[in-house]
Amino acid sequence: MKDTALLSAPLQVQDLTVSYGGDPVLTGADLTVPEGEMTAIIGPNGAGKSTLLKSALGLVKPLSGTITAWDQPLAAQRDRIAYVPQRASVDWDFPTTVLEVALMGLYRQLGLLRRTRPHHRDKALACLDRVGMSDLADRQIGQLSGGQQQRVFLARALAQEAELYLLDEPFAGVDAATEAAIITVLHGLRDAGKTVLCVHHDLSTVPRYFDHVCLLNRHTVAQGPTATTFTDANLMRTYDGRLPTAA
Amino acid sequence: MLLDALTLNLGYNATLVALGATALGLAAGTVGTFLYLRQRSLVSDAISHATLPGVAIAFLVMVALGGTGRNLAGLMLGSAITAALGLATVTWLTRATRLPQDAAIGAVLSVFFGTGITLLTVIQTLDAGQQAGLESVLLGATAGMLRADALLIAAGGALTLLATMALRRPLLMIAFDEGYAAQRGLNVAHYDLALLGLVLAVTVTGLKITGLILIVALLVIPPVAARFWTDRAPRMALIAAVIGAGAGYVGAALSASAPDLPTGPLIVLTAFSAFAVSLFCAPRRGLLASALRHTRQRATARS
Repeated sequence: MKDTALLSAPLQVQDLTVSYGGDPVLTGADLTVPEGEMTAIIGPNGAGKSTLLKSALGLVKPLSGTITAWDQPLAAQRDRIAYVPQRASVDWDFPTTVLEVALMGLYRQLGLLRRTRPHHRDKALACLDRVGMSDLADRQIGQLSGGQQQRVFLARALAQEAELYLLDEPFAGVDAATEAAIITVLHGLRDAGKTVLCVHHDLSTVPRYFDHVCLLNRHTVAQGPTATTFTDANLMRTYDGRLPTAA
Repeated sequence: MLLDALTLNLGYNATLVALGATALGLAAGTVGTFLYLRQRSLVSDAISHATLPGVAIAFLVMVALGGTGRNLAGLMLGSAITAALGLATVTWLTRATRLPQDAAIGAVLSVFFGTGITLLTVIQTLDAGQQAGLESVLLGATAGMLRADALLIAAGGALTLLATMALRRPLLMIAFDEGYAAQRGLNVAHYDLALLGLVLAVTVTGLKITGLILIVALLVIPPVAARFWTDRAPRMALIAAVIGAGAGYVGAALSASAPDLPTGPLIVLTAFSAFAVSLFCAPRRGLLASALRHTRQRATARS
């Protein structure tokens, strides 16, 4: 059972080394994301968590290593993968609305010249509704709270109807209500057979939220089911011998 | 006199100039909006300064071939070539080194401009006959504008406008969230190149009207003014286009209303007055509105 899961893994990263010009950020990192589960990448600051995620999205070019999605090159599977970037990575004073951001998720259907039709709008609105944001569809994005911004990003990913969702710190700086709303949506995706991978930093919620973990500190320290992998011993090795108090 | 100018009653040349300037402002405001949203407004400065050596070289080539050296299409082609070269240098410098983009722009801008000025000085000593006034490409020279020139400018403006409209969706997506756009399969480098190509087209188109230097103002001021009035990118592009076109039209008319008034600077000053009005009077984002809001909030907090 485990072997077949590995064979058709939605995401498989092997022996990945990445550098931004200086010392490598990742050296020989491995990651296997099992189908239909919630996986977390955890590790200290500067461990290369976001870099691993961005490599898995094809946004960062690695020095060496292989990345496959469902046993195929990444580029061939792009449309089955949805990305939720870090909230802080964009300028929220950008002149656009909540609905317009959600509509970006439908870019593949809209393309260059096609007009936005009512059924596109309806779909984007339905996705906003799943994250509790449909009432604010016409609002300028600069007027949103951090949690609301995060929900809009999630709605945009939902509009893609992907099978693998990669989220970079989706719970960073959001309120408790948003965190609950997001985790409900993510667990709903998992229960519908989709696969979810999050870069995550709050160790206290790992056992409750995630089925599978990858402990990272420039290389993969351990990965596997949360129950057997998320142990004090592994965490000590990941966090350089200093266990964070939250665990 | 001014009324005559505004109603296009000052003769054939003034009408040509006003129509050309309107088309130019329309295109510049639209393209400038996307450049502003991509946070690349300063690149237009590098492009415009890098056109100068091209103008000089084009002049020399045309004279060597037996022409007058003042053919607008020829000058535009020459300026486009060196502007593209300058653009490529900025892009290469920022990618190959860790130089920040503003420093790369500063370096390229001054070197290209210096080269251009040197070439112009050389041309003046050459006594090529028709060289007088070639330096007017710096600030625009509309007095001798021909019908063909005006048509060329209008066509250039219209083409640029159409291309920008066609690319609006990917351009906006990249401007808002580059990483997400790249993951969706958009080639960010190619679209950035296309955007800069459109800026280059506007700059070259403006050669005769605002001149190479002041075109920057027409690319930057209308979007900045438009941003005060709206929180929607498409509407912002539309408002910037209207401000650009209005500035082109009114500026050209003003310059025709009295002898020897320069067209380019008047267009820029008209655009600036639109900016000043926006800065103070725009609802919500304007200075007056925020001051009012602030006072009201203080009053509520005290009571």
